[in-house]
Amino acid sequence: MSIFLTQPELPFCKGCGHHHVVRSTVKALEAIGVRPADVILVTDIGCHGIVDGNFATHTVHGLHGRSVAMAAGIAMGLPPGKKVIVYIGDGGATIGLQHILEAARMNVDLTVVVHNNMLYGMTGGQPSSLTPRGFRTAITPDGSPLPHHDLCRLVYEAGASYVARVLGVGDFSEVLRQAMEIEGFALVEVLELCTSYGVKWNPGLRLKALAEETGYTLGVWTRSPRPVFRLRAGAEEPLGPRGAGLLDLPPVEVRFSSLLEGRWALILSGSAGEGVQQAAEILARAAMAAGLHVTKKGSYPVTVGVGFSTAEVILSRSPIFYHGVHEPDAVVITSMDGLRNQQGRIREMQRGILWLDASLPVPETGAEVRIRDFRGHAGARYAALYALWMVLQETGILPPEALLEAVQGTPLADRIPRERFAPRGS
Amino acid sequence: MDTHRVLLDGSRLVVESCVRAGANVYVGYPITPASLIFSYASRRFPIALPAPDEITALQWMAGLSAAGYLPVTATSFPGFALMVESINMAYMMELPMLIILVQRLGPSTGTATAGAQGDLLLLDGLISGGYPLPVLCISDLKDCWLLPPVALRAAVEMRTPVVLLSSKEMVMTQASFDLSQLPEIEPVRQAFYHGPGPYRPYDPGDGLVPPFLPVGSDHDVVRLNASTHDRSGLLQHTSEEAMANTRRLGEKVEALTPVLYHLDEQEGARTLVVSYDITSGAAREAVKMLRAQGVPVSLLLARTLLPVPAIYYEVIDRYSRVVIAEENAQGQFARLLFGRRIPPNIRLVGAVGRMVRPEEIAREVLAP
Repeated sequence: MSIFLTQPELPFCKGCGHHHVVRSTVKALEAIGVRPADVILVTDIGCHGIVDGNFATHTVHGLHGRSVAMAAGIAMGLPPGKKVIVYIGDGGATIGLQHILEAARMNVDLTVVVHNNMLYGMTGGQPSSLTPRGFRTAITPDGSPLPHHDLCRLVYEAGASYVARVLGVGDFSEVLRQAMEIEGFALVEVLELCTSYGVKWNPGLRLKALAEETGYTLGVWTRSPRPVFRLRAGAEEPLGPRGAGLLDLPPVEVRFSSLLEGRWALILSGSAGEGVQQAAEILARAAMAAGLHVTKKGSYPVTVGVGFSTAEVILSRSPIFYHGVHEPDAVVITSMDGLRNQQGRIREMQRGILWLDASLPVPETGAEVRIRDFRGHAGARYAALYALWMVLQETGILPPEALLEAVQGTPLADRIPRERFAPRGS
Repeated sequence: MDTHRVLLDGSRLVVESCVRAGANVYVGYPITPASLIFSYASRRFPIALPAPDEITALQWMAGLSAAGYLPVTATSFPGFALMVESINMAYMMELPMLIILVQRLGPSTGTATAGAQGDLLLLDGLISGGYPLPVLCISDLKDCWLLPPVALRAAVEMRTPVVLLSSKEMVMTQASFDLSQLPEIEPVRQAFYHGPGPYRPYDPGDGLVPPFLPVGSDHDVVRLNASTHDRSGLLQHTSEEAMANTRRLGEKVEALTPVLYHLDEQEGARTLVVSYDITSGAAREAVKMLRAQGVPVSLLLARTLLPVPAIYYEVIDRYSRVVIAEENAQGQFARLLFGRRIPPNIRLVGAVGRMVRPEEIAREVLAP
C-alpha cells in the first residue's frame, strides 16, 4: 500500500470515478517524491469529501464550496515545498466559484481537483452550474435547459497557471503530477458519471460521447510563469509589526488656558468637501491645548463627497464619559446642506446660540441667532474654520490663537489665508 | 511617565493593541463602521490582506490559523452575517482567531453611519447547537487597549474564535486621551505540540483544550474537521467519542472564558445600573450625576458578555432595583440574563438611532 494511504479500500460506490481520482493522486504524489507530511489535502462537502481517513497526509475537511478559500489561506501561509490539494465537486465549484476565481487570480500555490459528475450526488442528484444542457437529473427529468459553465476556461482567464480537463477513467496521474509540480494555481477538472444518479437518469450514456456532444473539451492549458501569492518566502522570515507605531502621535502640550468650568457642546454643519471635519478636529486640538477634555465625532451620508457634513465637538473641564450631544450650546451652520441636516435640531433648540452664514434663510428656533458672513469672508473652503474662529472670538470659550496654533501640523498650515483671521477690530 | 495627551479614536488603539499582543495577520473587507480598523491594520499589521468578500475573509483566516498564524478581522452585521457558517467551522475545527464586530443600526444594511447595540442576541445563538462563543465587549477607550490581548490570549488558549464586540461611536469617535496610562502588553505566544506521535488534534488529555499543531507541520500530520469527528479528527456520525468531543467545545468555553467586568458598588445603594459597550459612558455619567445629588447607586459594566458570568446574577441579586441600559429596542442584555420574562424590579432603558442619554438612566433610577 502507498505511504500516502491508511487503507486501500475507498469509501465510494462501485464504479465511481472518484476511485480513479484518488489512485491517480497517490501515483502523482509518489512520482513527485514528497512525504505525507508535505501534503495537505483539503476536502469539500460531497461524496469525494469522505476520503480524509484514507489519506495519510494532513487532511482538512471544511464547508461546502469553501474548501478552495480555506486552502488558499493555508497555501499562502506555508513555505514553498508543501503541496496543498483541494478535492471539490461540481456542486462545491458552483457555490464557491468566486473562491476558485480569486485563488486563480492571485495565483495561490495549490492544486484544485474538481470531481465533475455533473450533479449533486450526495443529496439526490440535483443539477449544478456544471451540468450540461440536456443532461437529465432528479429535478430536470427532461434534461437541464441551461448550458454549463466552462470552468477550465473561466479559471484560465482568471489567471491560473495550469488548467486541464480529463475523463475520470483509468490513470490520469501524469496530468495531476504536472498540476502539482507547477508552482502556482492549478485546476484539473475530472469528468465523471455518478453511478447512482447520472447513470440512473441517463441510461446508456457514455462519458466520452457526452463530453464531445456538450462541448466539454479535453486538454491542458498552461501559461508562462507569473508571481505566486505567498505571504513569506520562508518560515524563518520574521513577522513583526510594520511601519510606525500607531501611538507615536505628537502630544498636545497645554499652552493656553480656558475659563470653561463645565461642558460645552458645539455642532458644526456644512457641506462635504468644505473642511468641516478638519475644522472640528482643529477645534478639538485647540481645546486640548487649553487643558480641556474633548470628544469629536463626524456624521455624513455614506457618499462621503457630497451632501452634508456635520461634526459634534464636546469640550469639558472634567473627563467625558458620554459623548452624545442632546442640547448643544452652539450650532454653527456654514451652508445650505448643513442647515437642511440640522433643521430639526435647530427648531427644537430652546437655548444656546445659532451662528448662521449670511447667505442662508433664518430658521425658526428658540436659540439666539447670530448671522455672520463666513463664506463671503473666508471662501467655501475655509468657512468652517473661520466660523469656529469667530465663535471663539465671540464666546471666549478658548483663546482664538489656540485655534490658529492648532492649524500648524495640519495640511492647512501653509494654505490658510491668515490675513482673514485677524483679531476683530484690527 | 509624563502625560502624553493625544487626539485619537478607538480603532487606532484596537489595532495597535492587537499587533503588540502578537496578532500577525489582518484579513479585511471594507464596511462602515469597521473600515477605520481595516485602514490602520493595513499600515501596521505584519501582514494585511484585502479579501474579496467576508466568507473568503473568514476562510482565509481559518486557513491561516490552521497554518499557525493568529488572524484578526473586523466587520459589521452585514459582513458578520456572511461569516456565520465559517465561524461555526472555525469553532468546530478549534482554530484561534479574533473577530471584531462593530455594531451599526440595523436591520439589514440599516444605517451604516449610525451606531447601535443590536447584535448581542445574534451572538448568543450563533453556534448551531447552542454552544457558547466567547464574546468580550469594549466599554471605553482604555478597553480598546486592554481587551484585544485578553481576547487573543483566550482564542489561543481555548483554541477557538473569539468575538470582540463594539459599536460605531465606540471605535470611531475621537477623544482626548492620555497614552501614558496604557500598560505594556505581554505578547501572546502560541505553543505548538511537540510530543510523541501520532498527534491527535482533538485529544485534550486531562484538560479541555487539545494541544495545537499547524497543518503542514513536519512533526506529524494534522487532521482538521468541521463535521462531527473523533479525537483523531476523523469523520463520525454520532459515536460516543465524537459526541463527547462536541460537548467539550462548549465545556471549554464555559470553563475558561475570562470573566471581566467593572463593578463600582456604593454603600447604601439599593439600585444597580448595568450596561455595556457604548452605553457604558452614559451609565457612568448617570451614576456620577446621581451621586452628586446624594443618591447612592452602584454600577456594573459588563466586559464579558458570553458566556454570561454567574457573578452578574450574584451582583444583581443584591439590589432591589436594577436599571439595564443599552442602545436597542428590546433590552437584549436583559433578555440574555432573564429571557422574555423580565422580573419587575429590572428596569430597561433603551434607544434606537441615537445614544442612550445619562438623564434617561438617572430618571429610571429615581422613578417611583
